[in-house]
Amino acid sequence: MNPWRNIWTITKRELGAYFSSPIAYVFIVIFLLLSGFFTFSAYLGKFFERREASLGSFFIWHPWFYLFLVPAVGMRLWAEERRVGTIELLLTMPITAWQAIVGKFLASWLFLALALFLTFPLWITVNILGHPDNGVILSGYIGSWMMAGAYLAVSCITSALTRSQVVSFIISLIACLFLILAGYPPVTNMIDWPWLVNLVSSFSVMTHFDGFQRGVLDVRDVIFFVSVIGFSLFTTSVILRTHRAG
Amino acid sequence: MIKVNNLAKVFGAKRAVDHITFSVERGEVLGFLGPNGAGKSTTMRMITGFIPPSEGSVSVGGFDIVAQPIQARRLIGYLPENAPAYTDMTVYGFLNFAAEIRGMGRDARKKAVNRAVELCFLEPVLHQSVETLSKGYRHRTCFAQSIIHDPDVLVLDEPTDGLDPNQKHEVRQLIRRMGEKKAIIFSTHILEEVDAACSRAIIIDRGRIVANGTPEELRRKSEWAGAVTLRVSGINGATLSDKLCRLSSVKRATILKEEATGVTARVFPRNNGNGLLASSIADAAQGWRIEELHTEEGRLDEVFRSITMPDTAAQNGKEEEQPKELNS
Ligand SMILES: Nc1ncnc2c1ncn2[C@@H]1O[C@H](COP(=O)(O)OP(=O)(O)OP(=O)(O)O)[C@@H](O)[C@H]1O
Ligand SMILES: [Mg+2]
Repeated sequence: MNPWRNIWTITKRELGAYFSSPIAYVFIVIFLLLSGFFTFSAYLGKFFERREASLGSFFIWHPWFYLFLVPAVGMRLWAEERRVGTIELLLTMPITAWQAIVGKFLASWLFLALALFLTFPLWITVNILGHPDNGVILSGYIGSWMMAGAYLAVSCITSALTRSQVVSFIISLIACLFLILAGYPPVTNMIDWPWLVNLVSSFSVMTHFDGFQRGVLDVRDVIFFVSVIGFSLFTTSVILRTHRAG
Repeated sequence: MIKVNNLAKVFGAKRAVDHITFSVERGEVLGFLGPNGAGKSTTMRMITGFIPPSEGSVSVGGFDIVAQPIQARRLIGYLPENAPAYTDMTVYGFLNFAAEIRGMGRDARKKAVNRAVELCFLEPVLHQSVETLSKGYRHRTCFAQSIIHDPDVLVLDEPTDGLDPNQKHEVRQLIRRMGEKKAIIFSTHILEEVDAACSRAIIIDRGRIVANGTPEELRRKSEWAGAVTLRVSGINGATLSDKLCRLSSVKRATILKEEATGVTARVFPRNNGNGLLASSIADAAQGWRIEELHTEEGRLDEVFRSITMPDTAAQNGKEEEQPKELNS
């Protein structure tokens, strides 16, 4: 049978699960409030100072927003299945574990896409206030979504590790923090050897998100995010299998 | 349909399932009995492919559950222990999801959900959230999920757990009816269910099969099977047991009660349950009158106990009987 059909069935169910609880709405509202607040408090100053319209001050905060928000979205994916025991139903259905993993991941990723999409009033505002380069903004959105995907895939791993959502949240927050700090100048400045700085920062989402923010779509950045996602989902499948083997 | 071959599961140092072999054919309902922690659920999880076996193999409808899991699982309906269900969905949504993931189209789904709802009496809670269901209704919802695609093979882990007596009865009837065309394996702690629904039963203990047979065959394993209880008058206890013990078909006789009106005794046959004990006793009745006489069928609970905890059962057996015991 068509694997995408199974994946889509899972994705639909998971999306339904998000919207059947108030958490989803709370999440979106928090995300929009934070975006609006940080963007405008920084943006207005810069706008009048530089007479330049862009969403740069919006995207620059995303690695930090996501640190809290994405693990909150991803924490329930497997932890809840394990706690309630529905994992036993799900993984004895005539679908592969991969289809279940990808289906669940896609649902959360689409949910994050929706949250991102709902920030469009910001885009409208900058377009009213000035003449931004909409290509750069689009690239920023794409980069932001890919980065969210990378965080989310990491949260999938931590969620598969435990039956407690809280534990999953904390571990994935710490893991994602490493993904940021590896390329965060205050941290990398402490390292003396340039080759080591390059190596460490090449594992950071900051380094790879940078190009997107500037409107430079580099294939290597896309490959980075896609491989983080691929690797993390693979790790998730290994964890689920090991856990079942007892 | 289900072939379990030399199946074993080790958790760390613990042997949960220890090389068991059995098979279930279409038209059979296999009752799976055993004390807590015997390995029933673990076996079922391996049959449905949820956990991989440490050793041995399972094939369902000819498909190996490890090598061809998808084909095998298509044939299986599974009710896991504790009946998990997605709490964020309504009963209808949950069943619809179960049907969709089994590859059914829109119309087929509708039919399948309606049929399952009818069979499991879920009408009153159809649009209620699973989270707010009572335990019994949640159990029935999960049961409905397992039969949604009318599978050839049903694996049910304690299907009647948490149901009220009426529903227990309905579910047993349903299992029995469905068992005519499917291969069903279900575990239970309620021994009456073995009689009510099973064509065959397996008792496992500490991961091993300790008994396997039809309910009648199992019952015959009981030391009570074929025993005769009788009440006679016109004789005293000591003489009666002496006389009974002289019969060639009698292994031992126990006086249960001695009153002015008569003596009640239980007689155990020498070779289990050939059914002739009662008539030989009746023939031997001279000088005393038989008021009452009947042959015991053997009791499953007693078989279960004596098989799964031999030491305690033997003790209990002794306590139950009176001290006046004579061996022939
Ligand atoms: N994931 C696991 N890790 C370690 N040990 C386990 C695991 N699952 C089961 N066991 C052990 O395996 C043994 C068999 O458990 P199982 O659940 O199969 O028993 P059961 O026959 O279903 O008992 P019950 O009647 O209580 O449901 C138990 O001793 C249990 O502790
Ligand atoms: Mg069990």
